[in-house]
Amino acid sequence: MTSGKKKGSQIVIDSLIEAGVEQIFGFPGGAVIPIYDVLYDAPLKHILARHEQGAAHAADGYARATGKVGVCVATSGPGATNLVTGLFTAQMDSVPMVAITGQVPLAAIGHDSFQEADIYGISIPVTKYNYLVKNVEDLQRVINEAFFIASTGRKGVVLVDIPRDIQTTEVKPKKLGPVEIPGYLEAFQEDNSRQIAEALQAIKAARRPVVYAGGGVVSSGAVEELRAFIQKTRIPITTTLMGKGVYPERDELALGMLGMHGTKYANYSIYESDLIIAMGVRFDDRAVGNVSRFAPLARIIHMDIDAAEIGKRMAVHIPIVGDLKEVLSTFNQKLQYQARKRWLERVANLKQEHPLAFKDDGKLKPQHIIKTLSDITKGELIVTTDVGQHQMWSALYYLTTEPRRFITSGGLGTMGFGFPAAIGAAAGRSDLPVVNIAGDGSFQMCIQELATVRMYNLPVKMFIINNGYLGMVRQWQQFFWQGRYSYTRLEFNPDFCKVAEGYDIPALRVTEPGEVPSAIDKALNTDGPMLVDFYVDKEENVIPMIPPAGGQTDFIGED
Amino acid sequence: MLRIISILVRNHPGVLSHVAGLFTRRAYNIESIAAGETENPKITRITITVRGDEPVFQQVTKQLRKLIDVIKVQELLPTESIARELVLLTIYAPMGKRVELIQIANTFGATVVDIAAETMTLEFMGNQRKIDTILNALGAFKVKDLARTGVVSLPLESQLERKKHLLEG
Repeated sequence: MTSGKKKGSQIVIDSLIEAGVEQIFGFPGGAVIPIYDVLYDAPLKHILARHEQGAAHAADGYARATGKVGVCVATSGPGATNLVTGLFTAQMDSVPMVAITGQVPLAAIGHDSFQEADIYGISIPVTKYNYLVKNVEDLQRVINEAFFIASTGRKGVVLVDIPRDIQTTEVKPKKLGPVEIPGYLEAFQEDNSRQIAEALQAIKAARRPVVYAGGGVVSSGAVEELRAFIQKTRIPITTTLMGKGVYPERDELALGMLGMHGTKYANYSIYESDLIIAMGVRFDDRAVGNVSRFAPLARIIHMDIDAAEIGKRMAVHIPIVGDLKEVLSTFNQKLQYQARKRWLERVANLKQEHPLAFKDDGKLKPQHIIKTLSDITKGELIVTTDVGQHQMWSALYYLTTEPRRFITSGGLGTMGFGFPAAIGAAAGRSDLPVVNIAGDGSFQMCIQELATVRMYNLPVKMFIINNGYLGMVRQWQQFFWQGRYSYTRLEFNPDFCKVAEGYDIPALRVTEPGEVPSAIDKALNTDGPMLVDFYVDKEENVIPMIPPAGGQTDFIGED
Repeated sequence: MLRIISILVRNHPGVLSHVAGLFTRRAYNIESIAAGETENPKITRITITVRGDEPVFQQVTKQLRKLIDVIKVQELLPTESIARELVLLTIYAPMGKRVELIQIANTFGATVVDIAAETMTLEFMGNQRKIDTILNALGAFKVKDLARTGVVSLPLESQLERKKHLLEG
C-alpha cells in the first residue's frame, strides 16, 4: 500500500466503519473471502449465522431494535439467493438495511459460472435499490450511497453486489462529497401547507376522531411528537401491527390493534368515527379490510412520507405528504387541549361492552401465556414473533410501552423471521432480554440458528406456542374450508427440549396454566438463551376475527 | 384511456429493468416503451404509453417518481405535446395488388423501402391515430412482419407558452 491504494475488500470494510456500522451479520463463501479476510482483523463485530436467511433476518431485527441500518453479508449464487426472503421481509416493513453480496469475477458473469446468480436482477423487486459494482473506482461511492438511500426518505433495503476481482483490485480511496442523486429526496418533499391547514380545521371540528398509526411513526422518529399530539388532543389511538409501541397500550386512550384480528373496540371506534387521522400507514388489507366499508362516516387524513401510499388503496380527503415528525410538530404548535369527554366516554363504553377476552377452561391457553409475560415484564423487554396465530395473540395480549420493542414481520408475513430477528435484536440491545414467541411450525423454519444463539450466548428466550398445527391456516380451514385440515397438522414434531439440549441450551416444557409464571421467571432469570416449549390447547382460535375483505363490524368465529 | 408519460432517468445498464420491473410488479398495463439517450449522455429519456383510469395513472406516476434512478416524471397531454411512432411493415403484395398498395402508401405519406418477389416493406411515422388509420387501411393485406418503435414524445413549447400567456393574461 505504498501508493496509498487499498484493495476493494478493504474499501468495503472501511466504508462500513465510515457509515457508523458496528455490528454485521453474515455467512462466508468463495466470492466474499477477500471481504472476510479484511474482516478478520477489523474493528467490526460479526455474527456468524447458520443460513444466509438467518443473517438477513438478524440484520433486520438489529435494525428494528436499534433504529440503525442493519448489515448482512453473503456470498454469490445460493448465498445471495438465500438472502432474498430476508431482504423482502425488511423492505416490506421499510426497515433500513444494506446487503453486501459477493459475485463471480467480472469476466465470468453471464457464463453460468459456478455459484453465479444474477442477484442484481433477482433483487430489483425486493429492494429499494441495488447495485452491481463493475468498476472498483465506484465502490466507495456506491457503499456510501447505499447507506444514504437505505436510511432516508421511506427507508428500505439496498443490495450491493461486488464481483470477487473488484474486491481484490487496488484503488486509491477518495474524499467523498455529499451524496448526489438527482430527484431522489425531492420525491419525498411536497408543499403541504394547505393540506396541513385543512387537517387542523378537520381535527378541531371533529367530534369522534380516531388516530390510526403505523410503523411510519417509528421510522420517522416521531414517537414523542405523536404522544404529545395524543395527550393534547385526547384522541383515542389504534395502531397497526407495525405501529405497536408508538403509544403505551395500557393507557386509556389506547385502543390496541385494528383490523382482521384487531380489538373489537378499535374496529367499532373506527366504524363510529367522523375523522380518521392515519399516520405512517398504508391501509393494508389486514388492517382495513374492505376499503369501501372502512370508516363509513369519517373524513380521512392520510399522512405519509411516501406520496405513492396516498390513494394507493384508499381514496382520502386530506392527503399530507411529509415527514411525520415535522407534520406532528406543526400540529402540536397549532392545536389546543381538548377534553373530548363525550367521545371518550363512548370509547370507554365500547371497551367495556366488547372486552378482549378468551375462554378460561383450565387448559393451557396461548393467550394466558402471552398475557402473563406482558404482566410480569410490564411490556418492557423486546418481543419478536414469527407469523401465524401466536403472532396475533402476541399483538393482542402483549401490551407494549415503548417503540422498537415488538418486532414482527408485518407486510410479508415471513415464517421463520422471529428467531433470527431476536438474535439481531439481542446483539443490538444488550441491555434488554429478548423473547421470541414462535409457533411450532415457524420455529422450525430457522431452527438452525440455535447454534448461533448458543455460540454468542445471547439472552434470547425462545417461547414455542406448540399446538401441533400450522395454526393460522388450520383456523382458516376451520372457518372457510369446512374443517378440512389439509396438511396443516404437524403429525411429527421434534422434541424441542431435546433439540435445545443438543445445542447445549437449557429448556423447559410447560403443560399446565399454573406453571406459566414460574417458567417465564426461570427463562428471564437464566443467563443466555433458553427454550420453553408450551404445549397449548391445540385448536384455540384467534378471536376477534373479521373475514378477508369484510367490513369493520363483521366479526366471526365466536360461540 | 391511453396516456403518455415521459421520464428522465440516470443512464446505466440496470435502469430499464427497474422501470419495466415496476410495471410487471404492480400489474400496470404498458402499451409501449421507448428509451434513448438525451443531449446529456448521463441521462436517458423513456417514453411510456400506459392504459388505465385516473387512480391507476396517479399510482404509476407516483411509483415511477419513487424509483431512485428517476430524475423527472412528466405527463404529456395530447393538446400540449407532439407524439410520434415509427413503423416498419412488411406485407405480402401479390403482383395484381401492388398499385393499390402504393396508392394507399402515397395517400398516407408512407414510403416504400423494399420490394421483393412476394413482399413490400413500408415505412411510416405518425401519432397513434395516424398509425391506426394506416394499419386499418392496409387491413386487406396479409402482414409478414411488423416492427414499431413505441411512441416518443416531447412537449410543444409553443403550446406551453400560449397556455402560460393565457393564464397570466
